[in-house]
Amino acid sequence: MALEAKNVFFRYTRKSPWVLEDCSLTIERGECVAVTGPSGYGKTTLARLLAGWQTPDKGEILADGKPLPTRGPCPVQLICQHPQEAINPRWKLRKVLEESGKLQEDRLGEFGIERAWLDRFAGELSGGELQRFCVARALLSGADYLVCDEISTMLDGITQAQIWETVLKEAKKRNLGIAVITHNFHLAKKLGSRRIDLTAR
Amino acid sequence: MTENRESLLSIRDFGVSFQRYDSRMGQTRLQVISNLHLTVYPGEILAVVGSSGSGKSLLALAILGMLPLNAVTGGEILYRGKELTPERQKQLRGKKIALVPQSVTFLDPLMKTGKQADGQGGTGLTQKRRDIFRRLGLPGKTENLYPFQLSGGMARRVLVSTALLTEAELILADEPTPGMSLEQALEALRMFREMAEEGRAVLLITHDLDLAVEFADRVAVFYAGTTVETARASDFQNGPDALRHPYSRALWESLPQNGFRPVNGFQPYAGNLPGGCPYAPRCPLRTARCETALPPVRTVRGGEVRCYDGA
Repeated sequence: MALEAKNVFFRYTRKSPWVLEDCSLTIERGECVAVTGPSGYGKTTLARLLAGWQTPDKGEILADGKPLPTRGPCPVQLICQHPQEAINPRWKLRKVLEESGKLQEDRLGEFGIERAWLDRFAGELSGGELQRFCVARALLSGADYLVCDEISTMLDGITQAQIWETVLKEAKKRNLGIAVITHNFHLAKKLGSRRIDLTAR
Repeated sequence: MTENRESLLSIRDFGVSFQRYDSRMGQTRLQVISNLHLTVYPGEILAVVGSSGSGKSLLALAILGMLPLNAVTGGEILYRGKELTPERQKQLRGKKIALVPQSVTFLDPLMKTGKQADGQGGTGLTQKRRDIFRRLGLPGKTENLYPFQLSGGMARRVLVSTALLTEAELILADEPTPGMSLEQALEALRMFREMAEEGRAVLLITHDLDLAVEFADRVAVFYAGTTVETARASDFQNGPDALRHPYSRALWESLPQNGFRPVNGFQPYAGNLPGGCPYAPRCPLRTARCETALPPVRTVRGGEVRCYDGA
């Protein structure tokens, strides 16, 4: 039971250089892996490929041995750096959460979401509050793997610790496999049971 | 400590509120910054640290007189001991006080970046600007590019260089480093340090406590529009016992290398602030007094703190 990238090649246009060249990695269920590397080494591209937002030009992405489904909820969910860009600004947050199925109001507390926020628009909440919705949306969809692309970089320390406490608690309960993309050395060390360095290839 | 030196910028009991129309045709005031105390001395880097929504960016705009038209300010801002009036702000900004804006949208999209960074300083600056671009790792061709052709990190470095090119005595740097690689960020911060060593001052606005502690001389901690503590950067290196306010201690303890401990609750919203200390609802040390009246600023162990407990 693992999320695997097998000999993945990817570039954005046919003329541009490869962003990822023969990239392979495995993330087992229940483990939290830190992916590090300087900007421009394809961390975000790798995240998008793992979660099926983009398809590799060559090679394959497998979740539990199967290719990612093209319809229905994806077992690999991506949480982005800027929650503002991952939430429809014209929807109330109730509708945003309903993207992952029927709203389970009794579970909001686990994600640190206050009921009053459901009737607001994204512009009326702070980045840290919006990021909780992105975390809740990803987890409530029933995902088995999470790809967290710098999800707490823009947040202050306390909010960062709050968000990760939520993610890790849920991960333990559901035996999730997590890829943590970060450039914060301390965070990578704290969260990751092992580290994948994209410069090492 | 530096209290006896003459300050470059001194902010006392400063507040910002926004005049808003509510649904019943009436007007309401939304208080976003209140009771802000801050002093910047020549030759230092003062970091302003706080979570998003704590009023950090508004502070920079307020100093420059660039707040939106519906903003109402109170309290006082002194620059070199004299009140910073709107006329003086106009006179000083861009010359004596420079801004490194947070958003790359501050660049003019129709102007090549080289010309834009030179500003109105004339052609004599071009060589100096090329040096700064090179030090920040911007390739030579960058000066002929338009802002939309830059990556986020490159645009950020162009913004930093615009401020470094001025003769400003006070640089307001609003989140200058995100998007830069570690080496570039360090180089930018080293350049700020060089400016401070020339007797100028840098106000480094950031949400990143690690960065602030590493590069600033002193750190002012913002919470919900108020400065709760101003401490030496070394106090943060010495750990929670050297700090004075429960929020600063909690912030320190929340870092991944220091325990990764969250605190329950949320920073209160502007317009929804509690009557007393804004941190009282989450504070382990709160008493009835904290909930009714904001503690005054006290000097404790060479730092300033707004807390009744504040040991």
